[in-house]
Amino acid sequence: MNFPILTTLIFLPLISSIFIFLSKGQKNDNSAIYISLFSSLATFILSLFVWFSLDLSSSDFQFLEEKSWINDFIKFKLGVDGISILFIVLTTFITPICIISCVNSVKTRIKEFLIAILILETFMLGVFCSLDLVVFYLFFEAGLIPMFLIIGVWGGPKRVYSAFKFFLFTLLGSVLMLAAIIFIYWLTGTTDITQIYEIKIPKEYQNILWLAFFSSFAVKTPMWPVHTWLPDAHVEAPTAGSVILAAILLKMAGYGFLRFSLPMFPLASEYFTPLIFTLSIIAIIYTSLVALMQEDMKKLIAYSSVAHMGYVTLGIFTFTKQGIEGSIFQMISHGLISAALFLCVGVVYDRLHSRMISTYGGLVNYLPKYSFLFIIFALAGLGLPGTSGFLGEFLVLTGAFQKNYLIAMIATFGVVLGAAYMLWLSKRVIFGNTNNSEIKILKDVNKLETLMLVPLGLLVIYFGFYPVPLIDTVNFSVDNLINNYEIAIKSKGLN
Amino acid sequence: MINNLNVLLPEIFLTISIFSALMIGVFIKNSFNLIFNLSSIIILVTIAIIFNNYNSSEKIFLDSFSRDAYSNFFKILILISSLFVLNSSKAFIIDSKLGKFEYPIIILLSILGMFFMVSSNDIILFYLGLELQSLSLYILASIDRDNLRSSESGIKYFVLSALSSGLLLYGCSLLYGFTGSTNFDLIANELNKENIGAVFAMVFILVGLAFKVSAVPFHMWTPDVYEGAPTSITSYFAVVPKVAGLAILIKFMHIPFSNILLEWQTIIIFISLASMILGAVAAIGQTNIKRLLAYSSIGHIGYALAGVATGVISGYESAIVYIAIYVIMNIGAFSCLYLLKKDGEYKEKISDLSGISRKHPIIAISFLVILFSLAGIPPLGGFFAKFYVFTAVLEQKMYALAIIGLLTTVISAFYYLKIIKTIYFDDSVITFDAPKNKFAQLSILISCITLLTFFLYPSALNNIAESLFIY
Repeated sequence: MNFPILTTLIFLPLISSIFIFLSKGQKNDNSAIYISLFSSLATFILSLFVWFSLDLSSSDFQFLEEKSWINDFIKFKLGVDGISILFIVLTTFITPICIISCVNSVKTRIKEFLIAILILETFMLGVFCSLDLVVFYLFFEAGLIPMFLIIGVWGGPKRVYSAFKFFLFTLLGSVLMLAAIIFIYWLTGTTDITQIYEIKIPKEYQNILWLAFFSSFAVKTPMWPVHTWLPDAHVEAPTAGSVILAAILLKMAGYGFLRFSLPMFPLASEYFTPLIFTLSIIAIIYTSLVALMQEDMKKLIAYSSVAHMGYVTLGIFTFTKQGIEGSIFQMISHGLISAALFLCVGVVYDRLHSRMISTYGGLVNYLPKYSFLFIIFALAGLGLPGTSGFLGEFLVLTGAFQKNYLIAMIATFGVVLGAAYMLWLSKRVIFGNTNNSEIKILKDVNKLETLMLVPLGLLVIYFGFYPVPLIDTVNFSVDNLINNYEIAIKSKGLN
Repeated sequence: MINNLNVLLPEIFLTISIFSALMIGVFIKNSFNLIFNLSSIIILVTIAIIFNNYNSSEKIFLDSFSRDAYSNFFKILILISSLFVLNSSKAFIIDSKLGKFEYPIIILLSILGMFFMVSSNDIILFYLGLELQSLSLYILASIDRDNLRSSESGIKYFVLSALSSGLLLYGCSLLYGFTGSTNFDLIANELNKENIGAVFAMVFILVGLAFKVSAVPFHMWTPDVYEGAPTSITSYFAVVPKVAGLAILIKFMHIPFSNILLEWQTIIIFISLASMILGAVAAIGQTNIKRLLAYSSIGHIGYALAGVATGVISGYESAIVYIAIYVIMNIGAFSCLYLLKKDGEYKEKISDLSGISRKHPIIAISFLVILFSLAGIPPLGGFFAKFYVFTAVLEQKMYALAIIGLLTTVISAFYYLKIIKTIYFDDSVITFDAPKNKFAQLSILISCITLLTFFLYPSALNNIAESLFIY
């Protein structure tokens, strides 16, 4: 394959954002929307093409691209395998939906907003495609800039605080990862991860390096106790920002654990498993309880995101096939469900400019179509069988039971809590009495809103009944991951 | 002999042109424009002369003056940055009624001083070059002589700088006393054996040099002078003398003091850490952009010195790359200040930037790129500068320096974000005059494009820096 398809995939949104930047006509904002929608759809189709032409019976990285970059030692290396392709497709799928949602929700400076979204898409795709630590760090960090602006410029009243918190928390975690990356470079002489997988990092360094990477991923996941930036960021971000944040940015950390922490530092990963389990359990139980008490819909969903990501970290560190596949599945499904829930909040927020649960009530009588969609996603969020949310949690818990009964039991209890806050939210927003007279004159979802919510709903149900496409895609890559991990554990780092 | 003088051709040309320009300036009335353009041409011709004989490596005058790729690179960097600083500030100079023909001539004189500094291979020539440079800078700092703040900053700079020059000279004389030579190479040989006296000399010289590059704890003059001097002078101060100072600092560490590495390394590590921390913390409370940039430059010198502190060639290279990118960023940042003009008055408060993204999206996005780059966020140029430095630092297993340095980048990110917040998140207050300063716009454009596209070929500067140490 000589055509640099991944480079094209990554930089297509960036190039179109340059076009939007250069295009004249401040008044006529529609052209910017069409250009960005068109380019993001083209990116989506391209990513589907990559997915379908990927050889799933192999766990190798495919579509490799390599270019000498920094000082001939560090290469600009890209490639995808079964795990990363899912995140790539998720990214390219969510972005057009975000762009559609902008039409209703972003009132000012829509051109700049679209540029920020497209640049962010480039960076996110770069994260999932990179096979080099420095390239990964570059894209991982670069994503902060557009997200900072999205929260800060188009956000709510406390946007400045939230944007700063988001930026500084993430940066603080990441600089330690940068130190670790440079350290690995001097240790192994390369930052190419496929080579690092084979070289194997000496045992004595693994723990400290693992912690450095963990500091970055834990903030990004986010894990308790460094999760506090997330509710703030979610609440203040505009709808599209929340969607991208929940659906994709959080997944970078889970992906990072799978791509870097596990294969590069298997011994440290095993050593720190109790830590991860504890933090995951706290995240699941504690943030679910916090979510119960929220008055603000976005905050509630944000806390539920922390809880759901708790399952993801729990699943990854079970080192079982079910656990890891479950985590990946959970990440994809949470990407779809949380995106949809934030969009749902966005729909009513555009109409009444309130995110408070108390503002609403009895929406089912006046907005039936909206209520139908909302209930689907709320049920998916609590993990109802038949939706993708169920399978992810189920697989993770299956994996967890193989490792540790106690942890699995507690985590299962989290499912109940999840049901509690989601159902209570639905009860208060969708059902119940209508106290607010403004609700009676609200319009139901329009065409654009249907266009962005229905595909998400269909996918959530489709994957709930038929997860095979996702599981098949990751199957060999996960097998390979676990095999390598077990070999490393058995040899105890003696190579 | 004639052949030998060829080595000195850029300096000779520069000297003759400076004095010719001075004569022309004296005899023609209102000659600011003429002399100004003439100086730009002089700079361009000097660049051409240096390029003409770029890779030759020769030492003349009893090995006291060396012309090699190292000094040539820095000379070109000095010239190009002065060219940009001068031309982008021209409109500002005229608006602030500083348009005297001496202005560009004094700048050229300071460049001449820096030429001798970076080319010197002998402490006497080094000191002469340094003093020529410093004397020119004293005058420049107080060039707005009717302005109280400018005069104050000139006096302040003069007193403190004279003190540091005195210390430096004392160090030089000690060095001569303990090694019996003024030549860099001979001193290096002499320091093979244990020589406690030379360590004292080194400390004094280091103090003087740290003052010139405004590293903590010799930074006290920087914020006041930056704020007090006219912006056009500040931008010159922020960029050009730093390059020369760092060049000679590296040369000192690389040649005469290469054998007492352990002794000076400790000092540089301390200076570097102190600069990074102070640069990050003290800038937080600032309300004046120039003052903030002063603290930011202190911090940046700290990062560059971290590269020097490694004591190996790869570290020096990373420091050189760092300072080159620093120059690009600062030229862009100061050029932005020239566009903040309202009713003939230049604004320099951070609060004046409030909400300019609505009315002036282009200035806003330039600030955005430059500030994120100063903060070292990828994929902008500033990230690679820091990346190279910390790669070199970690190669030498100086973990504490690397970790503290990286953590200070997070602190310093905070105040850069604060400016970006003012520009993008706050409400619009001032509408500035439509920018007319074409050259400032050009330098902003060049600066931003360089920073934005640096990631496409990040080893470009590194390759140049690598070629400097082959002699």
